[in-house]
Amino acid sequence: MRKVAIYGKGGIGKSTTTQNTVAGLAELGRKVMVVGCDPKADSTRLLLGGLAQKSVLDTLREEGEDVELDDIRKQSFGGSWSVESGGPEPGVGCAGRGIITSINMLESLGAYDESEGLDYAFYDVLGDVVCGGFAMPIRDGKAEEIYIVCSGEMMAMYAANNICKGIMKYAQSGGVRLGGLICNSRNVDNEKEMIEELAKKLGTQMIYFVPRDNDVQRAEINRKTVIEWNGECGQANEYRGLAKAIDENKMFVIPTPLEIEELEQLLLDFGLLEA
Amino acid sequence: MGKAQKLVQWDPHDIKDKLLEKYPPKVARKRAKQIMVNEALENSTPEITANVRTIPGIITMRGCTYAGCKGVIMGPTSDIVNLVHGPIGCSFYAWLTRRNQTDAINDTNANYITYAMSTDMQDSDIIFGGEKKLKAAIQEAYDLFHPKAIAVFATCPVGLIGDDIHAVAKEMKTKFGDCNVFAFSCEGYKGVSQSAGHHIANNQVFTHVVGDSDSEKTGEYKINLLGEYNIGGDGFEIDRILNKCGITNISTFSGNATYDKFASANQADLSCVMCHRSINYVADMLETKYGIPWIKVNFIGAEATAKSLRKIAQYFNDEKLTKKVEEVIAQEMAPVVAARKDVFPRTSGKTAMLFVGGSRAHHYQELFTELGMKTLSAGYEFAHRDDYEGRHVIPHLKVDADSRNIEEIEVSPDPQLYKPRKSEEEIKKLEAEGVDFKEYAGLNEAMDENTIVIDDLNQYEAEKLVELLKPDLFCAGIKEKFSIQKLGVPMKQLHSYDSGGPYAGFTGAINFYNEIDRLVNSRVWGYMKAPWQENPELSATYAWE
Repeated sequence: MRKVAIYGKGGIGKSTTTQNTVAGLAELGRKVMVVGCDPKADSTRLLLGGLAQKSVLDTLREEGEDVELDDIRKQSFGGSWSVESGGPEPGVGCAGRGIITSINMLESLGAYDESEGLDYAFYDVLGDVVCGGFAMPIRDGKAEEIYIVCSGEMMAMYAANNICKGIMKYAQSGGVRLGGLICNSRNVDNEKEMIEELAKKLGTQMIYFVPRDNDVQRAEINRKTVIEWNGECGQANEYRGLAKAIDENKMFVIPTPLEIEELEQLLLDFGLLEA
Repeated sequence: MGKAQKLVQWDPHDIKDKLLEKYPPKVARKRAKQIMVNEALENSTPEITANVRTIPGIITMRGCTYAGCKGVIMGPTSDIVNLVHGPIGCSFYAWLTRRNQTDAINDTNANYITYAMSTDMQDSDIIFGGEKKLKAAIQEAYDLFHPKAIAVFATCPVGLIGDDIHAVAKEMKTKFGDCNVFAFSCEGYKGVSQSAGHHIANNQVFTHVVGDSDSEKTGEYKINLLGEYNIGGDGFEIDRILNKCGITNISTFSGNATYDKFASANQADLSCVMCHRSINYVADMLETKYGIPWIKVNFIGAEATAKSLRKIAQYFNDEKLTKKVEEVIAQEMAPVVAARKDVFPRTSGKTAMLFVGGSRAHHYQELFTELGMKTLSAGYEFAHRDDYEGRHVIPHLKVDADSRNIEEIEVSPDPQLYKPRKSEEEIKKLEAEGVDFKEYAGLNEAMDENTIVIDDLNQYEAEKLVELLKPDLFCAGIKEKFSIQKLGVPMKQLHSYDSGGPYAGFTGAINFYNEIDRLVNSRVWGYMKAPWQENPELSATYAWE
């Protein structure tokens, strides 16, 4: 089983990209489990067709220790499994601790056991790694490969670089590796070239360039992944391409994060090029 | 079997070097500043580093901020419900771990000291926040006991997840109307030792309780006794003596304290400070807000007790009181002197070490002096520089990130209740007669030249000191007790008194003399080695040979 974590700046489209990619992998016949690690519990909406599902932590709170695997995971698109970690309401408690608890819960319930026949486990993690809890999926060898969703905007690249620092920290002890950058285009000038260059400097690859297309929003309104909503459209093929690229990926590295000056220079070099 | 060979002559500087020898250079450099060879200079002692973080890896004798707030200052109170907001383990400190005694006065008086109350936080409370659980717990305590006050204490996780305990307390206080609810942000990690917890407790009790009493306290000579925690009944003995002299103790902070006593503290005419470290903040604030001056007293040791009583009489400047005090001293001293005469031949010339508290390592030297015993080395667990060098260093204390972490509250004279108890001239006159106001000279001055003063002593150094100097008695707390006894040296707990006490006042002095006589003259330490360790080979013959 390949254990994959998706990180990236808040609002960059991690959940959308993850779910559409998982749909692509499911089409390829892969058995996937998605673990949403966001207290908002909105990481599996498209795969589940909008079904609001009870999160691991809600279940734990209501049922006590006596929880079954089927209480917390739901069958979703293409035979995939969806799980939401959940968490406290905004402004109280400790969401980080919640993620640690729910991942431990999944493990102890055997969600990752060989008998489950999973090809992939995907962790969709909240924006920034603000505390130890949000680093949980890359610690202790839980996720082995990381993909960072980014765009050609400065803040997204800055966040990607920062996440690389986190990966570097845990790469020594936990064996986690960076699998590449996924560019979720914002139609920035020279975006593709810039992200390719950033990836090169980080010692990795831009694994896929996902163009901007409003079909993604149309599918979202219908509570579906693009592939499920309209498998014929161009964007569906893009996600199939991304799924295939991840499925065939062999490049796993310990990233080499950039100094902030280097990052600024990169932006300057590409931003000033004639579009 | 002979007693272990003692160092006939030792140089304190050699001892210091030996203590530091094993440390890595950086640790040794830091610890060197906390180990001081006393020069016994008057009014200027060498600077010692104190109230700084313990170096990681060192097994310290210190406690945490929560222990200082909940355990030390609020723990001894009788009719305030003390509710710990945190995991259940922290509540070990909430359940009679210090031997604070209380006296329920009569059947209708509430006394909650035998209870331990905790919100028992679980993993899900950490994740989803513990405020709801805290509210429910406060409600439950109120429904069960209808107490005058409920105090809430924060433990480490509460600070980490950001539960707003003060907002909860305020809400519940408004809801009840007849029960004061207040909270302490005394998370264990908040300071370098329990000392930070004392400060936090001082601030909150002063803000939420002092001055909140309608009942008028009467008495000719009204004092507060600050920094006396009634361990083993010390406070009872002191109150007995004060009553005998005709002095009214309005409020003890906080041995056997009640809500009403705290609340009436503003009605006293003098504050007497026992433990300077833990309570000097309240003493200062009582002076600023209500005009009550404070003096340092010490009721540990018969001579010190007499001296303190005379100081109080001098302050009130009333012939009747002075006469009464002298009468009481004469009467009480007679059995003390007799008891001392009995034990003195057996205790004099013996040696002791004291590493305890923020005042006890100083106060108890009085009793050892009365026994003819020499203190070789002493130090505090959680004191600040002023407790070693005297209050004159306070303006020069370095403010660091840790001390800045503790709230300093602004206090100003109360528009209605501020009333200077003595005029400036009277204060000047008393000072000229030798009554020092707002003064504490510290530990160093009281100790002999070439004794060793050590701040924040640790397990390793304690054992090394005992090995090098072989004292006849070692005084510290429960954590040190058994490791020291295993070295063959008697050990007396001066936090909880083992199972003894009281040791304060006159009766206390007699108790202490007998206890120390028993400890330093016990032959049990001669049997530390089993026979086969002395003579490993057994030999025997058959009876029929």
